[in-house]
Amino acid sequence: MGRPMTTPVPELINARPVPRPSTWVWAAVVLLLVAMFIHGLLTNPNYRWDIVGQYLFDPRIVAGVGWTLLLTVGSMVIGIVLAVLMAIMRQGTNPVLRGVSTVYIWFFRGTPIYTQLVFWGLLSVLYPRLSLGIPFGPEFVSFETTVVFNAAIAALLGLGLNEGAYLAEIVRGGLNSVDRGQTEAATALGMKRSTTLWRIVIPQAMRVIVPPTGNETISMLKTTSLVLAVPFTLELTFVTNALGNQKFLPVPLLIVAAIYYLVITSILMVGQHYVEAYYGRGFDDAGASRGATKGMSRRQQAILAAGTVRTNPNLDVTP
Amino acid sequence: MTAMVEISAVHKFFGDLHVLRGVDLEVERGEVCVILGPSGSGKSTLLRCINELERISAGRIVVDGELMGLREVTRGTTTELHRRSDKDIARQRSRIGMVFQRFNLFPHMTTLDNVMEAPRKVRGWDKARARTKAEELLTMVGLSDRMEHYPAQLSGGQQQRVAIARALAMEPDLMLFDEPTSALDPELVGEVLAVMKQLADSGMTMLVVTHEVGFAREVADQVVFMDEGLVVERGTAAEVIGNPQQSRTRDFFAKVL
Repeated sequence: MGRPMTTPVPELINARPVPRPSTWVWAAVVLLLVAMFIHGLLTNPNYRWDIVGQYLFDPRIVAGVGWTLLLTVGSMVIGIVLAVLMAIMRQGTNPVLRGVSTVYIWFFRGTPIYTQLVFWGLLSVLYPRLSLGIPFGPEFVSFETTVVFNAAIAALLGLGLNEGAYLAEIVRGGLNSVDRGQTEAATALGMKRSTTLWRIVIPQAMRVIVPPTGNETISMLKTTSLVLAVPFTLELTFVTNALGNQKFLPVPLLIVAAIYYLVITSILMVGQHYVEAYYGRGFDDAGASRGATKGMSRRQQAILAAGTVRTNPNLDVTP
Repeated sequence: MTAMVEISAVHKFFGDLHVLRGVDLEVERGEVCVILGPSGSGKSTLLRCINELERISAGRIVVDGELMGLREVTRGTTTELHRRSDKDIARQRSRIGMVFQRFNLFPHMTTLDNVMEAPRKVRGWDKARARTKAEELLTMVGLSDRMEHYPAQLSGGQQQRVAIARALAMEPDLMLFDEPTSALDPELVGEVLAVMKQLADSGMTMLVVTHEVGFAREVADQVVFMDEGLVVERGTAAEVIGNPQQSRTRDFFAKVL
């Protein structure tokens, strides 16, 4: 950029790299081990690959995959909505809402997910009728608990409410990671608290929130297998276990389940990559390809851009 | 007509720390007031109190005839003080532009979006109107070829000029500058000061906290010297910098000049 056009281009260095034979040694060792492992997988008759092939696209199992995906996506959506609400409430000015959010996080993080799921399943036994009304006064709406809280809803709510508590802490960490100067600049421009939050703080916090949320989603994919506590019996792990026990062939059906979990995880990882790239715009070259790139690291650019190096804006700073 | 800014007997505590200890100051319309003083003298705090980024502990700040952050409510013969609502304070702030030492541009938005954001979200302007205004201002600060860049792709001086344009987009009556050149490499200070001088020449009322004594000499109508939370001396640049009357002022300029 800065170099005048007339400067002659010197002969560029084209030197031989330092030989690193260890790379090739390791490649040979790993290749050998992988070959041994694959050979073992394919030739060991106990794996019953014929059964794996036979059941891979069994309609009951494909339906189980569908339910697992539905539970994962559904509970994560519930969790994310709750988490954002709770994180905002926890930072807000209203002491009552702050208390509500603290107690929610304390309770749902503090008790085992399995226990919570059992309770959601027992809800219709504990409270046969649910009603909305004034305590000790008239009732407005009343319904049979089993009608609304069937096993699928109980599973979804159980997973979602538990996840919300964990995600709330992730979101709170994300909100706190945004430099205070950002809020100050927005406030000084006359923006309302909510505008500042949604337009300025949350988009930047997403950069910090997305990676652990992706991690939580992949974890949730596997956690859905716990809904047998409700009991909800249509998701992948339960279906494959049931079929495996029924045929006295647990191993090939475990492999079927593992294949699906791996495939879904891989798809989720690709999705996460794109979401991260979207929220990273303005922070690295990939997201902002137009214009000049300077000889700084991405991290340095982001720090300079966000001004995150200064922690206390109340201090006078003298050069 | 009243002064643009009237500050009377303002005190500010941070816990036990008495940061402002009875500050009085007046800035006339169209005037450029430069506040000088050693680090920790409370000059940045004073600036932040004017647009309610900090709440004052005692005294009054009146901007354009309006009491900042507070309302006087007359009940019979007595006058009570009421805090203004968040919405009302936001309205007051929207008429005061502020430029920060560390720029505080929104890093996830392009230069153009940074300047358009507040007019659209606070003033409710449509996109075309906000864009026209933003393009006009970015051209004025010499960045018409950087509108689609993100802040991370700009130099410090360019970022600060965007920040000035962003504040001006709200068409403020008053501009506050909190050490606008202190975070810049020395060779980039000039371009920011040039924009500020241009703004001063256009008749903007400006309150500038800085260490640039040269800028004060050249541009300021009023120079204020603060130390230990008090205004020690005020007057023209020639009076305060050229011929200081107080020993504290003399000591300070002996060190920095």
